[in-house]
Amino acid sequence: MGYPHPSHPRETPILSKYFGDPEARTLAGWRARGGYEALENALNTDPQELQTVVKDSGLRGRGGAGFPTGMKWSFMKPDGKTHYLCCNADESEPGTFKDREIMRWTPHGLVEGVALAAHAIYAQTAYIYIRGEFTEPYARMCQAVDEAYAAGILGPNAMGSGKHVDVHVHRGAGAYICGEETALMNSLEGRRGNPRIKPPFPAVAGLFGKPTTINNVETLATVPYIIKNGAEWYKQYGRPDNPKSIGTKLFSVCGNISRPGNYEVALGFPFKDFLYDLCGGPLAGREIKAVIPGGSSVPILTREEAEGAIMDYEGFVASGTMLGSGGVIVFDDRQDMVRQIARLTRFYAHESCAQCTQCREGTAWITRIMERIRDGQGTAEDLDTLVAISEGMSGKTICVLSDSCATPVMSGLKKFRHEFEAKIAANKSVVTVPGAFRASAA
Amino acid sequence: MSHGPSASGGALVAAPPHGTHHDKPHVPVFVGDTRVELDRILSRYPTKQAALLPALWMLQDARGWVSEGGIEEVAAALGITPAYVKGVVSFYTMYHQHPVGRHFIQVCTTTPCNVCGAEDVVKSLLEHTGCGDLGFTSADGRFTVVEVECLGACGFATPIMINNDFVESVTPESVSRILSELK
Repeated sequence: MGYPHPSHPRETPILSKYFGDPEARTLAGWRARGGYEALENALNTDPQELQTVVKDSGLRGRGGAGFPTGMKWSFMKPDGKTHYLCCNADESEPGTFKDREIMRWTPHGLVEGVALAAHAIYAQTAYIYIRGEFTEPYARMCQAVDEAYAAGILGPNAMGSGKHVDVHVHRGAGAYICGEETALMNSLEGRRGNPRIKPPFPAVAGLFGKPTTINNVETLATVPYIIKNGAEWYKQYGRPDNPKSIGTKLFSVCGNISRPGNYEVALGFPFKDFLYDLCGGPLAGREIKAVIPGGSSVPILTREEAEGAIMDYEGFVASGTMLGSGGVIVFDDRQDMVRQIARLTRFYAHESCAQCTQCREGTAWITRIMERIRDGQGTAEDLDTLVAISEGMSGKTICVLSDSCATPVMSGLKKFRHEFEAKIAANKSVVTVPGAFRASAA
Repeated sequence: MSHGPSASGGALVAAPPHGTHHDKPHVPVFVGDTRVELDRILSRYPTKQAALLPALWMLQDARGWVSEGGIEEVAAALGITPAYVKGVVSFYTMYHQHPVGRHFIQVCTTTPCNVCGAEDVVKSLLEHTGCGDLGFTSADGRFTVVEVECLGACGFATPIMINNDFVESVTPESVSRILSELK
C-alpha cells in the first residue's frame, strides 16, 4: 500500500499489506495473520525442494541487481561446510526507503523469511546487517528476534523441527558502501567496509571465508509468501508477455511528487499511471521534468521517457534505464539539473571507500567540476572532461560505486545538456580558482 | 569517510580541534553488566573481531564519543591492535572521534531531500542552534549539526536524526519547535 497513504485500488499489497498496522509487529499479531506457517512447513521440507520452488517462482533480487534468487540459493550445496546467510538491510541508495518500512511494520515477516532462507541454503546462522542510522528498524528487528527465540521459533530446535536456526541483528555505523555485498561482509567481520575482489564469489568464500548467500530485505520478506502459496500463485503477478519479471515490487517515491511513499504494484505496471494516478502527479501548478526510477545509481529519464516506461526489469532497460532498487526520485520544473546532479556526485565522492584509484579520484574530480559548473565557473571543455572522466571510471573498479557516480553525469549530459551549456555560456569570467582542484573530496 | 565536503558550500567541513580531549583518563566501559553484554555479543560470531562495531557502539553509548583510551580498551577486549581499531573507527561516519554536543543533529541533504528544500532546513538549524557552521558545536555545548548522506527516509523529506531519534518531514519553520522540546 502507498504507506503513509491509504492503499490505492490499483496496488497489489502483499508485503505492504500490514504497513501502518501496529498489531502486525507483535508475535501474536503476526501469527494471527498467518505468520510463521510457511517457516514451520519449510523447516520440515528438504532445502533442495525449497530452492526449486523459489527458482520456479521467478523471484529476482529486490536490492538492485535483480539476480534470480532461486539460482543464487542453488549455489549452496549440502557439502557439510559451515554456511552463512546475510540479510542486506543496509538500505542507503538515495530514493529508496522500502526495507525501512518492512522492518518497522512487519519485523516478524523478515525474521520468518531469513530463518526460512537459512534453512534453504543449509545454514545454521543468519545475520541481518542494518545500517547504523536505522535506529527504529534496528530496535524492531531486535525485539522480533528476541520474541522469536523466546517462543522457540529460533534456536536449537526451531519450531520443534530439530533444526538449529540462529538469527542475529548486526548494526552498521554509517557507510553507503556497506550495502555492497562483499563490503557488508567485511564490515560484519569488524573491518573497514571495502568491497572484495570477486572471484571468489560469496557462495564459495563469503562471510568468515565460508560459503555465504546474501539477499535483500524485500527479497527475503517475499519468500514466505511464495513457500506458502506456491510458485504458480506468484507467477500470476507480472505482464503476461514478460516471464522474466515476476511478482510484486515495492517502489519508494520521493522528491517533487504529490503523495510520496511506498507503493506495491505487480511488475509490468505502466509508469505513467503510477506517477500520475497512484502518486498523484506533480505538486499543484508544477510539471514533472525528470525522473530517476530505480535509486540514484540508474540513468535519469526525461518526463516523456518516464511516461512511456513499463515498471519491470526489462521495461526500464528498454527505456534506457534500470529498475534498480525501486527508488523513484521525481524532479519538477523548478529544479536545476546541474545542481542536483552535482549533489548526487558529491554523495558518491563522500561514500567512495577510496581503495580503487578510478573511483577515489574520479568521484572527487567529477564533483569539483560539476560544482564549478553549478557555480557559474565552468568552461566548455569541462563538458568533455566530464565525459572523459566518466568513461575512465566506469567498468574498471572492484565494485560499481564508481560507475554509479558516472551514470547521472552521463545521462544528465545527454538529456539536459542545454542546462549545462546555459550555465557555461553565462560565465564571462576567466576561470582561475586556485586550489579548487587539489583537495580530495572523500 | 568522516564528515566530508558539505553540500551547501564547496569547502570541506572543518573538524573541531583534536588533541584537546586526551587529558582525562579513560574510565573502563567493559565492566559489570556491560562486560556481560559484550560476552553475549561475542558468542554470536566465530571471531572476536566481528564484535568490533557492536563494541564501539557500546563505548560510544557509554561515553558519548570514541576516545583514544576507549579505542585501546576495545582493542584489548577483542585481541586486535589499537591502530586497527582506529582504522575501522575512521571509516564509518557515525563514530564520533571527538566530543559532540548533547544533541547531535544529522540533516539529510542528499538529492531527494535537496529537491524538497533540505538546505533551508540546514540554515534554519544552524541559526536556531547557534552552531554557526556545520560540524561545530554550539557554545553552550547543547548542539552539533552535521549534514548526512541519505538517511533512507526520502519520502519524508526532510528527515533529521537527533542522537538516536528520527524526526520526519522537518521544515525550516518547524525547527524552532523541535529544538524547544529538547533539554
